[in-house]
Amino acid sequence: MSDGAPNRLELSGIVKRFPGVLANDRVSFAVRPGQIHALLGENGAGKSTLVKMIYGIMQPDAGEMRWDGEPVTVSNPKAARRLGIGMVFQHFSLFEALTVFENIALGMDASIPARDLESRIRDVMKTYGLTLDPHRQVTTLSVGERQRIEIVRALLLNPRLLIMDEPTSVLTPQEVEQLFVVLRQLAAEGCSILYISHKLHEIKALCDEATILRGGRVVDTCDPKAETSRSMAEKMIGAGLKVISKPAGREKGRERLVVQHLSIPAIGPFGVSLKDISFAVHAGEVFGIAGVAGNGQNALLLALSGEEVAGESDMIVLDDMPIARLKARARRLKGMASVPEERNGHAAVPDFTLADNSVLTARDRIGMVISGLIRPRMATSYTGRVIDTFAVKTTGTKSTAGSLSGGNLQKYIMGREILQNPGVLVVSQPTWGVDAGAAAAIHQAIIDLAEAGSAIVVISQDLDELLSLCDTLAVINEGRLSRPMAVKGADIEEIGLLMGGIHGDPKATETVHVHPENVHAPAP
Amino acid sequence: MSVDLVIAIVITLIGASTPILIAALGELVVEKSGVLNLGVEGMMLCGAVVGFAAAYTTGNPWLGVGAGALAGMLASMIFAFLTLTLSSNQVATGLALTIFGAGFSALFGQPYTGKPLELFRSVFPPDLSMHPILKVIFGYSPLVYFSLIMVVAVWFFLQRTRAGLILRAVGESDISAHSIGYPVIGVRYMAVAFGGAMAGIAGACFPLLLTPQWVERLTSGRGWIALALVVFAAWKPGRLLIGAYLFGLIATMELYAKAAGGVFRVLPSELWASLPYLATIVVLVLFSLRARGSTGAPACLGKPFVPAN
Repeated sequence: MSDGAPNRLELSGIVKRFPGVLANDRVSFAVRPGQIHALLGENGAGKSTLVKMIYGIMQPDAGEMRWDGEPVTVSNPKAARRLGIGMVFQHFSLFEALTVFENIALGMDASIPARDLESRIRDVMKTYGLTLDPHRQVTTLSVGERQRIEIVRALLLNPRLLIMDEPTSVLTPQEVEQLFVVLRQLAAEGCSILYISHKLHEIKALCDEATILRGGRVVDTCDPKAETSRSMAEKMIGAGLKVISKPAGREKGRERLVVQHLSIPAIGPFGVSLKDISFAVHAGEVFGIAGVAGNGQNALLLALSGEEVAGESDMIVLDDMPIARLKARARRLKGMASVPEERNGHAAVPDFTLADNSVLTARDRIGMVISGLIRPRMATSYTGRVIDTFAVKTTGTKSTAGSLSGGNLQKYIMGREILQNPGVLVVSQPTWGVDAGAAAAIHQAIIDLAEAGSAIVVISQDLDELLSLCDTLAVINEGRLSRPMAVKGADIEEIGLLMGGIHGDPKATETVHVHPENVHAPAP
Repeated sequence: MSVDLVIAIVITLIGASTPILIAALGELVVEKSGVLNLGVEGMMLCGAVVGFAAAYTTGNPWLGVGAGALAGMLASMIFAFLTLTLSSNQVATGLALTIFGAGFSALFGQPYTGKPLELFRSVFPPDLSMHPILKVIFGYSPLVYFSLIMVVAVWFFLQRTRAGLILRAVGESDISAHSIGYPVIGVRYMAVAFGGAMAGIAGACFPLLLTPQWVERLTSGRGWIALALVVFAAWKPGRLLIGAYLFGLIATMELYAKAAGGVFRVLPSELWASLPYLATIVVLVLFSLRARGSTGAPACLGKPFVPAN
């Protein structure tokens, strides 16, 4: 602002009301040309609503938006793109049945001849080091590749402001670093970037200024480089952040889950086969499985939970019982609980009430069904216990799973499994898209369950999460599991290399920054 | 089998298939945009009765086709307003539209019952259209050529044009399309209107092409066949053509089998009558088995879209 050039984007007094909620309350802040500006806040703080208004998907009820100093009204996303605003969505705005090329073409406002567009796509990919096959169908791509489509689509419009909503949750450390290189290059070319993330150390590494939202209001503006992750997290949630208490001298108990030479052929045309996977998890141990999306995590979760039954019966052993030939329900009875990655539609039925969702996985161990008849009171009281114990924000056991925010639904699902007191809990992506407060609560619940003697497997693409949570860590790549290593003293470069597998570029590790402060701090 | 018989069968089967093909092409575009309009039969009846009335009154079959298209489109707009603007349930509204079409056509058609109509014949000179061999190419009503052109046109529109890509995108993920900035509801209105016009033309085919008089329920359930064909053809126009002609072939064989007697008499006539439906299902199921993985259904088919704003 001091250099005389007008702000690229300036919001003043933006208000947005939804029935019963004030989503944005007189929000004001400014983004300078070439600035990388962070927008921080918990889920429900109003970040998404705000960027949707900047991008023209929604209209503010009051307030003013200025672009290069001139007042503007962005009536729709097309108008936003005309101004030079590009956006990479958190929940990708992609069309699964269409090809990469068709998806990108849909993001263009003018009809460009296919050949020209393809050569422009290749130019952008070359300039920023992004690789993609334009003719693949989106369903066949990993989450990281899908994000690249969104980025290429936004870059093709030569944006002057690029909005990035939670872009790094699915990337390896190397990919994150590559993304940062792209973003810094863009910023150096004069493009402003509005960067939304929960990962505070990334914001510290990347951003020039941060605006913190809480309850729809701007509560602070700060220089992230002058703050600690912890101080920013506390501003975000407006209270002291709960520190995960992780007892130091925890003893490993007996082996509770043993997987030996588990091999499963790929399921479906785009599935990943599991190749000779062996590991053991002890009582009291949290075992992490790191890896980039699409390397067999789903197949492994399905194989452990019993949704896919394959192989010899002693390939999976639970408390000395061979269970690999048992289906999910029989495994649950023996004490194996699981939480898949997809909350809505896999872990819970969105249109069912929470009480009904409890019946789905907890009926046997809690005794909610007797001779085929549901005991509604049992279901309700158990669900109530989950809600109370895990501080799930909801109107009650009768609200539908789909009505809960991501973090609250995840707390409910974790609680539903944990209160069944499972011997082994397998959980995939426990804090995907979950705000800092809820993530801390979920991490604490996992640690407490391990403390009580259960064995826990955490499958996650968030390496920070695994490093702060787990005792032991292995990396899955193309269906193969690396040797387990103790997290204490783990070599992050080596983990990054393992995650990249044979496709990893060895040179890329030279630029990986390790964030020691984050390794033992609570994952924000 | 003589050449004459083969030619006769081909001409009959193509005539019998044409209304189904036209209606199914319209419904394919509607469903590609993410809307399930089960009211095809009703829109066809509206098109049939209005098309008959217009052709009978003016003596001009072209006006009959145009009036049929208009009637089908108007009927489809009732559906569009209820389901797209008011977000009513698409299945229930589509069924209501079919009932409405049956009632409307019975009422409106009352004065025309039993009145004769001139068939909409080939526009080629008799040397070609009546030629014993060449009539297999030139001997059809313009509606038949229209249906074939539309197969190519619909395929080209969906796969090769930007507007078609946007329409598919809207049917694939309405929320994504909305967030990129495409008018989901507007695109769907246009698709439904196109589907209505095609169903109206398909309805007008019955008096103009097949049975040149008005009787109640003239379309006799062919709208439902068209709907089923769209699913079994995995939303691909080329397969619609195959499916529709297959249906027509077997329906035609029923007629010739009765006439031929002999070995064909062994099978009860009910079986012959149901054969077209059975065979269509069997063959198209085989088709969809080969397309492994996805059935090709648009992901948002039948889901109402309510933008948060």
